[in-house]
Amino acid sequence: MEDTLTSRKPRTRDDLLFDGLINGILLFVLIVTLIPLVYVVMVSVTPMGEKSSLFLPPTQWSFSAYIELLKQPAMLRAGLNSVIITVGGVLVSMIVTVLTAYPLSRRDLPGRKIISGLILFTFLFNAGLIPLYLVIRDLGLINSYWALLLNGAVSVYNLFVMKNFFENLPDSLEEAARIDGASELQILWHIVMPLSKPILLTIGLFYAVTSWNNFFDPILFFSDREMMPLPVILRDILTGLNSADYAESTSNTTSHPEALKMAAVVLTTLPMLLIYPWIQKYFTRGTLTGGVKE
Amino acid sequence: MKPDLTAEPPQDTPLPRPKTSTLKRLMRHQALYVLLIPGLLYFVVFRYWPLWNAQIAFKDFNPTLGVEGSPWAGFKYFIQFFESFYFSQLMTNTLIISVAKLVLGIPPAIILAIAIHEARLKWLARGAQTVSYLPHFLSWVIVFGVLLALLSPSEGLVNQAIGALGGDTIPFLTSPEFFRSVIVLSDIWKETGWGAILYLAALLSINPTLYEAAEVDGATRWQRIWHISIPGMLDVIILVTLLRLGHILDAGFGQIFVLYSLPVYSVADVIDTWVYRQGIQNFQFSLATAVGLFKGLIGLALILTANRMAQRFSGRGLY
Repeated sequence: MEDTLTSRKPRTRDDLLFDGLINGILLFVLIVTLIPLVYVVMVSVTPMGEKSSLFLPPTQWSFSAYIELLKQPAMLRAGLNSVIITVGGVLVSMIVTVLTAYPLSRRDLPGRKIISGLILFTFLFNAGLIPLYLVIRDLGLINSYWALLLNGAVSVYNLFVMKNFFENLPDSLEEAARIDGASELQILWHIVMPLSKPILLTIGLFYAVTSWNNFFDPILFFSDREMMPLPVILRDILTGLNSADYAESTSNTTSHPEALKMAAVVLTTLPMLLIYPWIQKYFTRGTLTGGVKE
Repeated sequence: MKPDLTAEPPQDTPLPRPKTSTLKRLMRHQALYVLLIPGLLYFVVFRYWPLWNAQIAFKDFNPTLGVEGSPWAGFKYFIQFFESFYFSQLMTNTLIISVAKLVLGIPPAIILAIAIHEARLKWLARGAQTVSYLPHFLSWVIVFGVLLALLSPSEGLVNQAIGALGGDTIPFLTSPEFFRSVIVLSDIWKETGWGAILYLAALLSINPTLYEAAEVDGATRWQRIWHISIPGMLDVIILVTLLRLGHILDAGFGQIFVLYSLPVYSVADVIDTWVYRQGIQNFQFSLATAVGLFKGLIGLALILTANRMAQRFSGRGLY
């Protein structure tokens, strides 16, 4: 906006200094954010016997660390678990969140303030870890994927963002449909949902990221190692815990042990990098200021 | 969950309706209540049932007797915690880590937002912005891997640099002197870009004519930042600071849980990590619940206070 205004004037020394500083800050952020990530990728492709270094790229790229990881049944199993947890988590979360947000967005619903208040209270105060653990145990959900899908079903923040979005939709379409005799479910499905695509995508992606990154709940609620998702396995690989599972691969390995670790980091991050451009595109709308009420 | 029988009549109905009885109003909305069932069940089972279970903080919990069957113990476990040597250590660690994240974490986000807003090279601003969000979406386990690549004593980039300069390698992640710095700096690395969004939104909502007028009056760009941008962000800065003060007892459980290890417990153990170890690993259910409840109650009081202050100072609140 001010570009055209100021760029016509001759630049003063002060102005150049200012621009230099601004560009310097931005460049610094760009580099400091990217270097660690680039370095991880570089280590992951460094062949055996070579030392990884940032300024000397490996003489040749070796993908043997990736191949070895992908050949391991434990790794594939963990990947499958992650997919189950993420897909199931998004489905359950979106269904429950939409079904809760829609009635609460209706200003004429008796009791909506009290229900919203009770939900908000759980956001401000919770009983802590152990009482929740006892609930999951009493429900018989230990070592069940449902423990994760149900415990993470609703994020209060996402719920209120969605509710605010629904509240701001024009009422006239809904009214018209109601006069035509449409049921609430039909109105929700045929009118509200199509109008809410941006927010549904944003929140769906948020739930997907949360489920994919879910690390603590599996440790807490699963004892069966077969059920652990990628983040848990990744930490075991990084810390060298439970190395028995990976002993085979690390003893007669052809890859660098560090390369193996970093390849596991990249593999766990990959889905995130694939959906990141989508997140980027959608999240700015609605969610950023949606949480802050005037 | 009981529907609200005392609710005020609907306020913005399009047509004035004849007064109907409460029962009729509830009946008219029965389909909506049916839709609410899964959500309400979720909150009752997974959020309110744990509150009921929290009574074991005041009981000698015995798994075979169950939550209700276990005998009452009064404030025994609270007193045990307050008198233990852990109390001061956990509070110290929690507060140091949390306050350092707050004090050192907010200025970079503000500076980044100003830089993005002031940049003339739009591609650079967009690039820095896009890239700076990314770490927010990575889990702490991933960041742990990144930190190993940077900091591990044998292969880590930083230790390679130290070695090249003739220094001794430093085991950052396992030495008590450095661990908190790693926690705070990695948090800044991960969250600065995300934190800048709110400040940037505040900057973008400033009326551009203010900047134009200042320029006509001969203000330098430094002066425009100082007299227009900073005041324009002040409400949001106050709001964010107060709300983070409300969460001062949350030092970042996920992060510390992934990054810490036995050698650094003395400087890294916070309330949440201790509750996990005592409760889940050592089966001290009642003690861990008492500590969790203590933290929750202090947290609730802080959040309510912070929110009230935010509303007073800036006219805005989160809740």
